[in-house]
Amino acid sequence: MNRRANQMLTCREMVELVTDYLEGRLDDSGRERFEAHVAECAACTLYIEQMRMTIAALGHIPPETISPEAERELLDAFRDWRPTR
Amino acid sequence: MREQEAARGEAQEPGPAPDPDAALLERLRRGDEAAFRTLLDEYGPFLMRLVMMHVPSRSIAEEVVGDTWLAVLNGLDRFEGRSSLRTWIASIALNKARTRGTREGRILPFALLRRRYEEGGGPAVDPDRFQGRRGERPGWWASPPAAWEEPERQLEAAETRDAMLRAIRDLPPRQREVITMRDLLGWDAAEVCNALDLTETNQRVLLHRARSKVRSALEEHLEPKDEEASR
Repeated sequence: MNRRANQMLTCREMVELVTDYLEGRLDDSGRERFEAHVAECAACTLYIEQMRMTIAALGHIPPETISPEAERELLDAFRDWRPTR
Repeated sequence: MREQEAARGEAQEPGPAPDPDAALLERLRRGDEAAFRTLLDEYGPFLMRLVMMHVPSRSIAEEVVGDTWLAVLNGLDRFEGRSSLRTWIASIALNKARTRGTREGRILPFALLRRRYEEGGGPAVDPDRFQGRRGERPGWWASPPAAWEEPERQLEAAETRDAMLRAIRDLPPRQREVITMRDLLGWDAAEVCNALDLTETNQRVLLHRARSKVRSALEEHLEPKDEEASR
């Protein structure tokens, strides 16, 4: 790679930096270069937006629950466990 | 649901909160059933989610979660509080789920091949979607992402959620664990590193791979169907 350090990042590099960026792990110069690319590239802006939407959507998936029967069994197990103490 | 939100909020704070754990532990060790119910309510849903990502069915997941709770009870006296209670319980569950998942043969040969590739790295996006060296702008998009149709509505749809969960289950195990804890359960990076014994960097690499794959699965699911024409 004969690319100068301050040359514009490519989209291919951008997609590998998204998580570092979102997690606040890019240093100042890295963040500036990242944002400079975003300012110029609608496709990467959309890509990053889709990553954010993905993360948000994952956070909205409702939790799993155990069945009432399984919970009853666990409470029985707890009562069995207690007297031995 | 409300409790999960509260747990998420808590996870944003740096480090585990020792005090509520200590009080709960004290009551559990005395055999206080209400304390055990609290524990089941608070940690039951996340344990089921974590375990279901590793085993093929809900009934097996319930067995594994049951075994986990028994191990938690039997280990209570030895728990020293060096990690949070939640982290400790998660580690027990993961060990059991990994063992059981392997025994149930959930990992298919194809997944195994892919895992070898992905666990070591691999690109976030198919390299063919970028311009080659002879392109007008090498390394820039050749097939850029298309806007998703009605993302607000679609992303909340049961069908889309199933697609996301399927995509996570197809990930190599460590990626699957990291994204489950970070994005489904809302844990912070430090707690995930602690529970999975990962460095911060390693955790982030695994999270990146995992999120990129889920986005890509969503893309297949949500992109306007007339793909050839839009690219």
